[in-house]
Amino acid sequence: MNGNWTLFKRNLSEFWKSFRRNKLGLLGGFLVLTAVLVAAFAPVLTPYSPKDIVRDENGRGLTFTPPSIHGPLGTDDAGHDVWSQLVFGARISLMVGFMAGFIAMFVGSLFGIMAGYFGGGIDNLLMRITDILLVIPDLPLMLILVATLRQMDLNISPLSVLIVVIGLLYWTSTARLIRSQVLTIKERQFVARARAIGAGHGHIIRKHILPQIMPLIVANTVLILSTAILVESGLAFLGLGDPTQPSWGTMLNFAFDRSAVTNGAWWFFLPPGLAIVWVTLGCVLLGNVLEEMLNPRLTAHHLEGDQNMVMIPAPEAK
Amino acid sequence: MTAPLLSVRNLTTEFHLPDGKIARALENVSFDVMPGQTVGLVGESGCGKTTTLMSVMRLLPASGRITSGRALLKGNDLMQLSERQMRAIRWRDMAIIFQGAMNALNPVMKVGDQIREGIELHNLMDREAAEKRVGELLEMVGIQRARRDQYPHQYSGGMRQRAMIAMALACSPSLLFADEPTTALDVMIQAQVLELLKQIQKELGLAIVMVTHDLGVVAEVCDTVVVMYGGKVAEYGSADFIYNQPQHPYTQRLLASFPGLNEPSDNLASIPGTPPRLTNLPTGCRFHPRCEVKVDACARVDPPILETSPAHYAACHLCKGKEAIFA
Amino acid sequence: MNNDTPILEVRDLYKYFPIRQSMGEILRRRPPNYVKAVDGVSFNLKRGEVLAIVGESGCGKTTIARTLIGLEEQTDGEILLHNETVGAHERRARAGLIPLESGVVGTREHLTLPHMSMKRLRQQAQMIFQDPYESLNPRSTIFEIVAEPLVVHGVAREKDERLERVKTALEEAGLRPSEDYFLRYPHELSGGQRQRVVIASAMVLQPELLLADEPVSMLDVSIRAEILNLLRELRQKRGVSIVFITHDLSTVAYFADRIAVMYLGRMVETGPAREVLSNPRHPYTRALISVIPVPNPRLRRERIILQGETPNPINLPPGCRFHPRCPAAVEACKVTDPANVLVGENHHAACLLLESART
Repeated sequence: MNGNWTLFKRNLSEFWKSFRRNKLGLLGGFLVLTAVLVAAFAPVLTPYSPKDIVRDENGRGLTFTPPSIHGPLGTDDAGHDVWSQLVFGARISLMVGFMAGFIAMFVGSLFGIMAGYFGGGIDNLLMRITDILLVIPDLPLMLILVATLRQMDLNISPLSVLIVVIGLLYWTSTARLIRSQVLTIKERQFVARARAIGAGHGHIIRKHILPQIMPLIVANTVLILSTAILVESGLAFLGLGDPTQPSWGTMLNFAFDRSAVTNGAWWFFLPPGLAIVWVTLGCVLLGNVLEEMLNPRLTAHHLEGDQNMVMIPAPEAK
Repeated sequence: MTAPLLSVRNLTTEFHLPDGKIARALENVSFDVMPGQTVGLVGESGCGKTTTLMSVMRLLPASGRITSGRALLKGNDLMQLSERQMRAIRWRDMAIIFQGAMNALNPVMKVGDQIREGIELHNLMDREAAEKRVGELLEMVGIQRARRDQYPHQYSGGMRQRAMIAMALACSPSLLFADEPTTALDVMIQAQVLELLKQIQKELGLAIVMVTHDLGVVAEVCDTVVVMYGGKVAEYGSADFIYNQPQHPYTQRLLASFPGLNEPSDNLASIPGTPPRLTNLPTGCRFHPRCEVKVDACARVDPPILETSPAHYAACHLCKGKEAIFA
Repeated sequence: MNNDTPILEVRDLYKYFPIRQSMGEILRRRPPNYVKAVDGVSFNLKRGEVLAIVGESGCGKTTIARTLIGLEEQTDGEILLHNETVGAHERRARAGLIPLESGVVGTREHLTLPHMSMKRLRQQAQMIFQDPYESLNPRSTIFEIVAEPLVVHGVAREKDERLERVKTALEEAGLRPSEDYFLRYPHELSGGQRQRVVIASAMVLQPELLLADEPVSMLDVSIRAEILNLLRELRQKRGVSIVFITHDLSTVAYFADRIAVMYLGRMVETGPAREVLSNPRHPYTRALISVIPVPNPRLRRERIILQGETPNPINLPPGCRFHPRCPAAVEACKVTDPANVLVGENHHAACLLLESART
């Protein structure tokens, strides 16, 4: 039925209308969008590739040059253009962040739904696992995991290792959140109705539980993304990233390793730091606003004159 | 003739909604409350009955604005008072029992303490005297004094409602507003609570304004009835008159849709359509889209309130009477 | 099978909810306590009949409905729909403990009735819930909601057929033109319309039995009549039997063929609606009827207002469970649990005073 398409368009426009009103949300969206676009159009935005050495008119390699006509953000100690590193680094940072975030979201949602819906033994098992992970400090555990996986020489790219490790450790908050939502939804009358109709677990989870928690998952994912990007930057800064595919964190790592600070080459370490803040801030703002907006709000209640009642249009029963 | 305890005159209230629309929640609402009497405000969802209470108590949310009208309590116009003056009056001269009383109690405070809170806020007496008063109040509403130290969750639904009544009476007000006091209660507990209210009213000479959608309850306890629809008064008069000689078509249909115990064979009447949206009211009479006996004028002109017989008023073009002027 | 054979038979239904014991109680080997929500209920329902189960909150009426529809498993007793047993045995059968085919064993050895699966039960019996604002998934469209029973049971798989059935169901529930409602969401509809949607979705499988749990309590008074009229119509047109659960005796008068009054898990009086309402025999029924507010100030009548509240169904009083609040209780009532006494045609009440009145 093409009715579904009309419905979708209608929902989307309603969503957009309320989203538009929130200034912080728009700001967040803008920040994230620009970062994504920069990453997508990286090759177009810079004349150099990050591996090129920038030379001046005389063919001399320019090292540690401040911003000039040769490059808006100057060059690093090896003559590479910082701007192009930044722009291509965006791809890595965002990609690792997004993929790790999605793994975290997926695992977290799955565990949350299982634990919340089935309860009992499954709930206990999953929650104990969650508790264990919550208790162990993240960073040391990740360092150990990454380092161990690297040693194991499994022929996995360092970035994949990062993605997997971050993803597998950051699902816990999502799981708890989703679980408590599912517990609430499970008790609502429309779920009882579905059971009374004879629906099985699969149907109920698909048709009744998921649509209710989807908004929460979306909002939470955006927030997880910001964490993932931060964590990736941190790990890369500590040297666990892939030096051949530098992310912003790796850039910071280089900057510190190669004495950019002592040399006063602020154009080398400030931009990646600021870029991380840019994207993280954007994700957080966006995530918070989305969570607020998409929170399953109970519709205004019935019999008594709450003024909200007047907002509900009531087509006449013919 | 005794002067009314509360005189509401031409009360008009608006709500300014976030999307810019204005909901005309009340328009020209007028009625009197005599000392020691019970007035019932009746109507369906969205008719403005709760808004009326909130307007008189000046407890409207930020989006609400009283644009005109007066509410004279013992001669003082409540609309002219400052917030500080209102606070002195609230609970002392007029008190309110909210809807969903069960949830209006603070779950982490002992019931006795909550009752005492009202007394202390008005600095009426010292701690010892206040405690004694709490005991008196609990006894008045039929709760054992010893239960003063319990928490709301340890009370049953009916008891919580009674605790709310005790709280409302703490400062001996002369006027009590009750917003759907029995709606969520079982019929037996409802009967107990209504019986209690009647008893207290007799003992204390209390005037009660009861907001409800239950016509049966109103017939049981109210002396005067105000029927509201779409933010306006549709009909107003003594309970006896309203039930036995209703003038307004809405009142008539409402009464007809109430199942009595002993007429099973007829089809129950219902009123087609739904109450109007207060942001988009129909022109003319607010009830005309759902009215079966409307005439041309009904869609164009808002009917004035006519006095169809002494002390009985209805706002309908089809009624005969002289135009009522509420002084 | 003629019209007199009951389509639903409930025999000695019990539903107890175990109360969690504290560690201390387990260690002290205290026997577990139960909330005796339904404590021995039996009744029949014929085709096209409306039975109203009335009582105050906590009397067990909603638990009966939930057990009938399979949301709760009965602790003991039989539920027979069309002479096939329903319920508890299914799980045990699945576990291989008892065979599922005819000749199945129930909790009573002598039962050899064929057994009905939960799924089949739900094709023949549907439930209407109380809160029209909560029983519909706010994110589903009306079409999806009404089509859901079809989807769940794999009926009418063809798109056209499904469309047709949803259309019919909505129109029979009074929502016309039905196409206008297909793509709407519950929050766009008024309470009355929502309840019609609930009814439409309950009727789409054309069940034989409807369990209506307080279907109009949360609606405005003037809307209630519409819904009650609709249920009446459905009973006439489709011959569906209805178990109507409510605490509002005045709606019962309008609608029911028979009434069963419940108190603390038992039916204390059952009989034809008119009979019970005009001539109640059990003291509880008498009190209940006397306190119903009458919408006419001239007809204020003598009210029997019971003191206190309904005790909780954990610690039932000895003897007659109503005796602590009964205005007519005598010594014997504290000791003996009354059995049902015939007090009129098809009219039973469980009261010791009625027994002695007969002898």
